[in-house]
Formats: sequence, C-alpha cells, structure tokens
Amino acid sequence: MTETPTQASPDTPAKSTYRQMEESITLAPIEEQIADWGGGHETQELLTLNMGPHHPATHGVLRLLVTLQGEVVRDIKPIIGYVHTGIEKTAEDKAYWKVIPVLERMDYLSYYFNAMAYCTAVEDLAQVEVPKRAQYLRVIHLELNRIMSHLVWLGTSALDLGAISMFWYCFREREQILDLFEMSSGQRMHTRYFQVGGVIEDIPAGFAAKLKAFVDVMPSRADQYNALLHGNEIVLQRLRGTCQLDAESLLQLGVTGPLLRAAGNPWDLRKAAPYSSYEDFDFKIPVGTVGDNYDRFAVRLAEIYESVKIISQALDGLPDGPHITTDRKIALPPRHELATSMEALIHHFKLVTEGMRVPPGEVYSAIEAPRGELGCFVRSDGSSKPARVHMRDPSFVNLQALSSMAEGSYIADLIATLAMLDPVLGGIDR
Amino acid sequence: MPDATELELIAQELRADPGLGQDAVLGTLHFRDRGTIEVAPAHIRPALAKLRGRGYSFLSSVHGVDYHPHEPRLGVHYEMLDMSAVDRLTVKARVPTEAPHLPSVTPDWPTANHQEREVYDMFGVVFDGHPDLRRILMPEDYEGHPQRRDFPVGGEPVLFTFNDSQ
Amino acid sequence: MEVRREPLGAEVDPRALRIRQTTSRKLLRGADIEGPNPGAHLEEGKLEGEELERYVHERVLTTTLDKAVAWARSNSFFPATFGLACCAIEMMSIVAARVDVARFGFEAFRASPRQADLLVLSGRVSIKMAPIVRRIYDQMLEPKWTISMGACCSSMGVFNNYALVPSDKFMPIDVHVPGCPPRPEALMHGVLKLRKMVQEDPDMSWRERYDAIGTEERAPAFESGRSAAGPPTFDAGSNGGEAPSGA
Repeated sequence: MTETPTQASPDTPAKSTYRQMEESITLAPIEEQIADWGGGHETQELLTLNMGPHHPATHGVLRLLVTLQGEVVRDIKPIIGYVHTGIEKTAEDKAYWKVIPVLERMDYLSYYFNAMAYCTAVEDLAQVEVPKRAQYLRVIHLELNRIMSHLVWLGTSALDLGAISMFWYCFREREQILDLFEMSSGQRMHTRYFQVGGVIEDIPAGFAAKLKAFVDVMPSRADQYNALLHGNEIVLQRLRGTCQLDAESLLQLGVTGPLLRAAGNPWDLRKAAPYSSYEDFDFKIPVGTVGDNYDRFAVRLAEIYESVKIISQALDGLPDGPHITTDRKIALPPRHELATSMEALIHHFKLVTEGMRVPPGEVYSAIEAPRGELGCFVRSDGSSKPARVHMRDPSFVNLQALSSMAEGSYIADLIATLAMLDPVLGGIDR
Repeated sequence: MPDATELELIAQELRADPGLGQDAVLGTLHFRDRGTIEVAPAHIRPALAKLRGRGYSFLSSVHGVDYHPHEPRLGVHYEMLDMSAVDRLTVKARVPTEAPHLPSVTPDWPTANHQEREVYDMFGVVFDGHPDLRRILMPEDYEGHPQRRDFPVGGEPVLFTFNDSQ
Repeated sequence: MEVRREPLGAEVDPRALRIRQTTSRKLLRGADIEGPNPGAHLEEGKLEGEELERYVHERVLTTTLDKAVAWARSNSFFPATFGLACCAIEMMSIVAARVDVARFGFEAFRASPRQADLLVLSGRVSIKMAPIVRRIYDQMLEPKWTISMGACCSSMGVFNNYALVPSDKFMPIDVHVPGCPPRPEALMHGVLKLRKMVQEDPDMSWRERYDAIGTEERAPAFESGRSAAGPPTFDAGSNGGEAPSGA
C-alpha cells in the first residue's frame, strides 16, 4: 500500500501522502471481474460513487464507496471511523463504575445493553451475585430498550423507504418508553441505571402502573404498524426477494441477531445461554425463512411483540428484595446507614474516591442486543481501573455483510438493505 | 464453557496435531468457568482450523490487548463459539512490539476482516496475508496506535473564559 | 467607560425604569443600556474582523426592511439533516410529535447543505469528521447559523480524549446547547434563542432581564489592544468601585 511520493511537476503540486493513500484504494480486481462478465465489449464504465459520511440515508456517518455498473451495485467498500470517540481508551482511564456512562454512549440506541454487557463482565470478574429483583428490573429495562431500538429502526427505515408517516407513529411510542426511563432513572437516554451488582435505584411508585398501561397498549400499536406496512404493496415490492444472504455465509461473516434469525438460524443468546433470569420467561424467537430484506423486517417487527410479553411476565413476577448487591465493596451503602455505621462510611469513602477493586483476570461476556451479539471484554489488573475494555459491537461485524448482501442489486435495494441492516455508527466506530 | 479437564483435552489435541506440534500451545487458563488457550503466533491459523473441526465454528470476536509492561506486549484474542454446544473458548496469541506480526485468519474466517484492521489500527499488530490492511477507525494518515498503553489519552483543556485562547 | 453617579429622578425618567434596583445597578455600572447596542462595548474585544461585522450586523437594528427580512429568516430555518451520534436521536425527537418543531416552521429538514441554513451539530465530532463538517458548513450559503448541540461538540463532553475536536475550533457557533443528550425541549429552547438572535433581538436572557449586562467575566489580557487592567472587580459595598476597563 505504500507508494513513493510522486514528483511535483511544474503544473501539479506534489500529492500529500494522505491523498496517495486515498487514491491507492484500487479497483483493479473489480475491473478484472467486469471484464470477465463480458463488460469489455460494452461501453459501460464503472462509476464509483461516494455516498459520503453526510447522507440522509446512511443512518449516521457511514461512508460507502459504491461501484456501480449502470444502476447495479458491483462492489461496496464501507469506510468508517467518522464518529470514532476513543471510548475504549477513555474507559481505561476511569474507575469501574465511571466506565458505565462512557460505555453507554457507544451504541446510542441500545444504551442499557452496553451497560449490561459491561456489568455482567465485571460481575463475573468480581464474582458478585446480582439479586433476583435486580435481574428482573434489568430484564424489564433491557426489553423496553429493545422495543425502543426497534421502533427507531422502524421509523427511520420507513423514512428511507419513503413511508414517511411511520416516523411519527414510532416516535410516539418511543416517547412513552422514554417517559418510563425517565421515571426510573431521571434521564431519557444514557441513563446510567445499571450498575455493577444490580441497578442504581429501585423503581419509584407508579412505575409499575405506567408500565402496565404501556404493555397493554403496545401490541395494538404494533398492529397499527403492521397494518400500515405489511400490506403495503410498495414496501413488499421493495423488500421481498431483495438482497438475500443465506445463513451459512452470514455465520462465516460473524453476523448475529435479527439478520441471522431472518435467514433461518434461531440463534438467540437469551435462549441459548440465558443470563439475568431470562430462563424464567416464556417467549418465542421469531425466525425468517429466506433471509431477504422482508424477513429481516418481519423478524424485528415480531420481536416487538415478544419483548412486550417478556416485560409483562417480568412485571407480574417481580420479586421483592434488594435492587443491588449487598456487597459493600462493590455497591454504595444506602445513605441512611452512613449516619449509623462506621464501616458503611468507610466503604462509601473508598468506593467514591478510589472505586471498587476487581481481582485480576480477563473475561469476555456476551448478551443479545437488538442488533446481535454484544460482547464485552474486560481485563483487570487488580487496581480500581480496568486495564482494557473492548466491546464487540454487533453492528461493526454485521457491516461486513453489506457488500455480500447488496452485490448485484440496484441502488434502491442498497438503501433498503442498509436500512434493514440497522447499523448504528456509534457502535461501529466506538 | 469447557470445564478444566476438557480444556486440557483440547490443548492436548492441539499439541498432538501434526500441523501444530508440541510448542504450539503455550498454556491454558481456566478462569471463572471460561477456558483460554494461548497459542504461539505462527500457529494461529492451523489452531483455529483444528478448533473449527472440533465444533467451534463461529468466531465471535477478534480483539487486541496491550499487556504493557508484561512482555510479549501485544496480545490478540480470538473468541470462539460452539453454537451447537453453546461453548465459548478464547484463543490468545501474544507478539512483541518489535516484531508485531501475526498470520491473518481472514481467508478462513471472513468475519475477521474489519476486526483485524481494527487491531492493526489501534495496536499496530500487522496481520500477514490480510487482503486489505488499512486503518479503519482513525484517519488514514494518522501516526501512532492509540490504544497502546503508552499512548496518551489526549484531549483538550476545556475552554473556559480564563483560558479562552481563541 | 466611566461610572456616572446620578441621583434618582434627576435626568432619568422614572417611567423608563422597571424597578429601583435596576436603576441603581445601572448607575453603578454605568452601562449604556438605552443605546442601540447594549452589549457591544463588551463584546468588541472578543470578535475580530469579519466575525465582528457579522455580529454587529446581526444585532444593530437598521431599517424596517431589515427587520422584516430578519423576521422572515428567523421563522423559516431550514435545518440540515446532520446527525452525528446520540444527540441526533434527540434531534429526531424534536421533529416527532411531542416536541413538534413544525409549530415554529422548522420542519423542513433539507438533505443538501446548499439548501439549508441551520446546521445543528448533533453529536461528537471526531478528528476524521471535522474537515467534512467544515466542508459542509462552507457549502452552506449565507446567511447561515450553527447550533452546537450537546456536550460533546460544545466542549469535549464526556470523552476528553485524542479522538474528538470541540466544534469551536473549526467553525463559528451561534448557540451551544448543553446536555448529554439535551432533552428535546432544551434543544428547542436553543433553537428559539437562535430565532431571537436572528430577529436582531439577542436574548441575553437573565443578564438582560436583570440589567446585568456589565457583569460578564472577561479574560485578563486581550490581544486586541485594549488595556489589560485585569478583570473587573465588583465591590457591592462601595459606590466608587473600580471601573471596568474599556470603552
């Protein structure tokens, strides 16, 4: 990839190394392939289009170098890194519980999941037991977040496809969910609700009633979305049969989540390796048949119904108990104890100033996020700050499947596929 | 998660494989119900192929770790998943900073494409045989490998009125 | 600027005063509130050249036509669809039904920067993205405004590290909206503030309401040639107090 700098001629200035590197992304293999396809005797040229980072349909700052032959996509090169925030590096600099707000902002539509993956990894390392009530509360918030993420996906995807009014319907429900989040934690997004050992606060009075009202109304709302989109001829034409990819190729590419389930493989970590009391709940995994865009769309829509079922079961069976572990070396003691107990005061002091100490070791722990397998690798060296935090983000790995999916289809199908892929650039770029 | 004995059996199998040899497996670790096998860097591709034969057919994650100040400093972890038995296994390979070369597993496992590029970008581990080893998250002409431990976190002093240099 | 001490009611029309307290504060600080440009003498040193002209131009009321044009411009911002990260989701929320930006006429989000006049920087600006943001800002036609939404682009936000650039460093920002992410209502408040600014009625908010225009902190030494007399000291007790330097 390294080239010697071109000599500056009198007319053209010397190219900067950056320019050379940019121009060194060669399309020679594609051109050979085009020649194989018999494009030699036609006067069609390949057009490389830059769907730049600023584009209404790229779901964030994703840059795609699309090589087109006419309107047919021949190759896609995604270029990412435009919202790279150095989250993992920042996380090494902070105490264990201070990492949680930093990591939450990674995949900004599934913030509870980011925190959950990290908390399960640290709880594994520190061998902390999460009380049952905290597990159920976590499940409730995780499934609410899953519904919310799918709603945003649905709204923005429909916007891309042209069904603009879906956006307002989905965001109407999203506002209800965000009201619930605000009730339990005070913030709409990036709530810092999950802590190592449980959740930061028990749910307030009235939360259960509001949640019940939401759970009762959500299935009918999802029916509205179905009615609006499922029978719509344009949506069906655009999604059925386009950009299909079979489960084997998806597994080779490391794709998990609704994309894999749409192709027929019922792999879901909530059922396969249950964590946080998911085994107590009765729910199904929606699975597609063909693996085209329509299946991806239908699988996510069906997952909303399943999540509602999980939430109502968790709400009905919510056990009593503490909302965070009682291990004072991990979780802050309740404030009323600070007035009476000396140890509580010392624990509080140590936790707030230095942070919790976690025994040295490395752990990789994975959960099922709305986009696939979200893994968190934490390496601890025994001090109060993690030595390495890596999030295995599902969108980052799923994006590699885009070129296989969209090859040979039209640009409009590319847009639809990108929408159905549900990439969240915060997670991709971290 | 393989338990300790099964982990040793896997390690034995790897050592016994003619393509790998006795010195391929540098060690095993069973920690918090998870198994880790450390493999010599040159043998990573056949080791993963052998594990694929044993059922670990899904490569979940390829990520890098900087073990500074312990040498060899740069480690690359390969998280394997056996979907039928729901079993996870970590394969580790460590390379020093002076010769940070590892054979790329992208030809066998296409999922490692972007992930190895990220390890290259953030840590400087060069994957030989990778089809397109370029920086993925940082700008193409960036110098340095940000997630190494001796790279500063960086950042700006926050602009208040008293230090408003604009 | 010198401190003028006047007895109440001498040349000051009592009906022009809202409350007694504001009068005494005005007298103490000697700020020329009745003038056309109340805050200008303080802002001088901060802006230079073309930015200063733009600032003054936006604030000085000239003719009725200008006022009408400003009114029209302010009520029909065309924001550019420019979502970077999490703040983009909250920006989408202001388009949604609860906090409805269409009430004010701002729902026409244009995809092309050449058709837009408001750039809402929503999210963290990484070093790879900064030149692209600047290019998009340059592609917008005058008059254009920017809102820096959220903590990450206003300051460094939650992440103070190698990968981010505060947006002040490469483009002029009119309104900063703090929050992580700011509530849709907060962003709406920021947009409405910008609207007031464009209507050449810059809402300095509490400073204007309480006639405390002369109380902003200023950096000790400017390069603009003003005398570096140090930050103004406000001694509530004494009347004669140190005069803030500058015209």
